[in-house]
Parts: sequence; C-alpha cells; structure tokens
Amino acid sequence: MTTLDEKSIYGPVTNWQTDFDHADPSYNENAHEIWSELRGTCPVAHTERYGGTWLPVTHELVHEIAYDTEHFSSRGVVVATVKPSDLPDAIPAPIGGAPPITSDPPFHQDARRILLPAFSPKIIDLWEPEIRLLCRELIADMKAADVVDAATQFAQHIPVNVIARMLGFPPEDGSVFRGFVHDVLEAINLEPGKRAEAFMALDAYVAKQVQDHIDNPRDDLTNFLLNAKIYDQPLSLQHVGGSIILLLIAGIDTTWSSIGSSLWHLATNPVDRRRLVDNPALMPTAIEEFLRAYAPVTMARVVKDDYNFHGNEMKQNDWVLLPFPAANRDPEEFENADQVLIDREVNRHAAFGLGIHRCLGSNLARLELRVAVEEFLAAFPDFELAPDEVVKWSVGQIRGPRELPVRINARTL
Amino acid sequence: MKVQVDQSKCQGHNRCYAIAPELFDVDDMGNAFAIGDGVVEPHLAEKARLAVANCPEYAISIVE
Ligand code: HEM
Ligand code: SF4
Repeated sequence: MTTLDEKSIYGPVTNWQTDFDHADPSYNENAHEIWSELRGTCPVAHTERYGGTWLPVTHELVHEIAYDTEHFSSRGVVVATVKPSDLPDAIPAPIGGAPPITSDPPFHQDARRILLPAFSPKIIDLWEPEIRLLCRELIADMKAADVVDAATQFAQHIPVNVIARMLGFPPEDGSVFRGFVHDVLEAINLEPGKRAEAFMALDAYVAKQVQDHIDNPRDDLTNFLLNAKIYDQPLSLQHVGGSIILLLIAGIDTTWSSIGSSLWHLATNPVDRRRLVDNPALMPTAIEEFLRAYAPVTMARVVKDDYNFHGNEMKQNDWVLLPFPAANRDPEEFENADQVLIDREVNRHAAFGLGIHRCLGSNLARLELRVAVEEFLAAFPDFELAPDEVVKWSVGQIRGPRELPVRINARTL
Repeated sequence: MKVQVDQSKCQGHNRCYAIAPELFDVDDMGNAFAIGDGVVEPHLAEKARLAVANCPEYAISIVE
C-alpha cells in the first residue's frame, strides 16, 4: 500500500490558519490542540490547497453550515485533489455519485428513506448476538499474545465483517474493502489521475458483486436495493452501486476509528478503565463521551455560488470542511470540553452529524462500538500502551488509531 | 409535565429512546415520538430532562 507522505502533491503545513492541510500527518495527531488554537484566533481557517478549502472550528458555525443546504452542497464530501466540478462525467446535484450522502434536497430525502428502515434501532439491535460472537472470535485469535494490536487485530475487522454480511459480499474480501476505503478516504492528496484509477477499481468491484446478486438473488441489503423503487421506478444500477459504495466507505474506517480511539483512551486512562470494569452499567454513558471526545468523522461541503460567510469570501466550488469533532470540543457548547468525563450525562454531541444527513448507520455504529469495548474489557481487564511501540494515527477526514499496540496485563479465560 | 418531539427537527439520533424508552419510541424510519400523550410521571422527570438536554437537534421540549 502507498504511503501518502511520499506521494502528496503538497508540502508540510507551515501555518494552520492560512495554509492548513487535514492530510498532513501532524493534523490528526494534534487535532485537539490545533482546533483549540484556531478557535481562539480565527474560527474559520483557510488554505489554497485542494483548490481552496475552509475550516470552521466552532459548534455554532459547523451547525449553521450543516443546516444550510441552500449555500452548501453535499456533492463532494471528501476533500481531495479532484473536485466534483473537475469531472465532466460526475453525476450532478442533487443526486451525486453516492446517494444519499452526496445528495441535496429534495432528492436527498427520497434516497435516504429507502435505506432508513434497514438501519432503524429495532432492526439493528437484532445484530447484537452476531457482533458479540464476532468480537469473541477475534479475541480468541489473539488471546495468548502479550502485545496485541487492538486496531489491526481487533477494531478494524468488526465493521468490515458486519457490512460484508449485510450486503452479502464475500467475507474473505475484507482486505479488498479496506484497500478501497483507504484509497477513497486517505489517498486524497495524490495526483488527480491516480485517484480516478482507484475509483474505477472500486466501481468495477461493486458492479461485479451487484451482477452476482442479479444472477443469484438472496436476502440481503444488495438485493433489497435492487428491488427498491424511487418515484415508482426501480433504482438505476448507478444509484444501487453508489449507495453500496457509500455503505462500504461510510461504515468501515469510521467505526474502526471510534473503537480504536475508545480503546486508546482506556489504555491510557487506568482509572476510567477500572471504573468501567467495576461498573458496566456506566458503559452507555461512557460510549457517548468517547463518541463526543474522539468523534472520528469530519465531513465536507462544496460552496454552491460565491458566498460571504461571516466575512469569509467563499468562492463557488470551494471546499468547506465540517469538523464535527471540533464542534464537540467547543467550550461554548460543552462544559470542560477538553476533559473526557465518562459519566458526562448532558452530552449533546454531534459525532453523527447534524441536520438532514445524520449518520444513517448511527444505531449500528453505536452497537458495534459498545459491544467491541465491552468484549475487549471483559477479556482484557487490564492493558496499557505497549512500551517502545508507537501508535499510528490515520490521515484525512476520518480520525482514529490505525496501529494501536497494547500490552495485556490481565486476561480472563 | 409533558414531553413533545418536533417532527420537523428530529433526525433520528435516537438519544432520547436510549435514555428514556419509557417516554419515547421510534418509528420504522428511526424517528422519535413521545409515547401516549407525552405525560411524564414524576419519577421519570429527570430522564425527561436528560433526553431534552441530549438531543443534538434540539427537537424535544417539555411543556407545562
Ligand atoms: C462511529 C462510527 C460512525 C460515525 C462517527 C459516522 C458519522 C457520520 C457523519 C458525521 C455523517 C454525516 C455526513 C454529512 O453530514 O455529510 C454520516 C453519514 C452517513 N453514515 Fe455514518 N458514521 C459512522 C458509522 C457508520 C456506519 C456503520 C454506517 C453504515 C453501515 C454509516 C452510514 C452512513 C450513511 C449512509 C450516511 C449518509 C446519510 C445521509 O447522507 O443521509 N455510518 N456518518
Ligand atoms: S434525540 Fe432528538 S433527534 Fe434524536 S431521535 Fe430523539 S428527538 Fe429525534
């Protein structure tokens, strides 16, 4: 796999206010400090990179943009060297390439309603036993070792397996999915042509799986989409493929990051770890706090027409990052915003977004996160960061540990 | 005391349903509504307040 630092078309960041780059490896490593500093100085940072990009860092501004679908389009949600407006064949607003995440009103709501019932809490809760079993299998596979990588041996496999089962895709293709997810979400600063190649491979893979479902129908989400209708017509194959790509991309790095960050917190905060071991009833409240404090997902919007946003002269087709994780750390919205309080009862966090694009998979993501942390703690009630090894953080809009070596100090059998 | 969910604001984050399933339920689309006529028994008043305080979309209000 390529490493971005070798291939980025941009140099290292020198100034976070005027030349930031969310794909500079130091961004995710120091995100909380960077946002805190920007909140005090500009609240909206700007960079010429990626063809012009803005970064608002307060809860109020993130909230305003998420609600303002008149000036900001979801046509592009991953800031990269290729803009939707650079691609003559790209599917235009309000549909976009991966409905509903790339869609704007009024189409957005109609595309979203197709998927909502499959992700409602009561349907998702039925997956709990299977997710628990999966976590236990992963733990059994690594039980004897003193040092395990909680990101690569545990966290990353959970969402990959769950979404493969939901879509009815070959479970052994897990590493193929992870490669695609990496290309879409992390390989964002390469030569534009390289990125287009990665997308073609992803489209071809999904088209092959969809064809297999047309030939051999079964009871899964792919066939559900193939049978679904919009405006009394079956969904186009383009729409089916786009929604499948969305489900593959949206659910994997995000949930993996969230599980990883929560375990990173527990590895570095023994008091919280012991509290959760002694009092498992605190878990749901702790999970919401992990989601707030380590929210993994920053989204993006495209500026529809030139627009003066609180004194910032935004140009048509500029990118705007929507850092929900920064909103979650804003002291104007949260008391002791930079402290992680696992018993925080009042916690109006925005980890799953705000407004019409609220994460469609939020019930599934929460379930995977809670079960993963519960099972890991039950098997390994005492663990810490492995001495002499380094934690590696992701690059780009999804923030979480990609390598998390921990030393197991106590295990139950 | 009564709780009510503003359907035009609710986006289905399901925080209310997780905090107070005695007071809120969700439909097939994952959107929340108050159970019955929304009346909150005194022993659930604290849960009702927590649901209001945790809704990311400011969709829940307490009336009376
Ligand atoms: C902890 C894990 C996750 C986090 C923090 C997260 C976060 C988000 C956020 C912030 C959005 C809003 C996008 C926007 O405003 O443009 C979103 C949208 C979405 N997410 Fe998630 N997500 C997670 C896991 C998942 C999972 C597991 C799935 C499904 C398998 C999923 C599917 C989706 C879909 C389909 C959308 C688009 C909804 C729409 O545009 O109407 N996500 N997610
Ligand atoms: S917490 Fe708010 S947005 Fe979420 S389901 Fe309840 S009312 Fe709706």
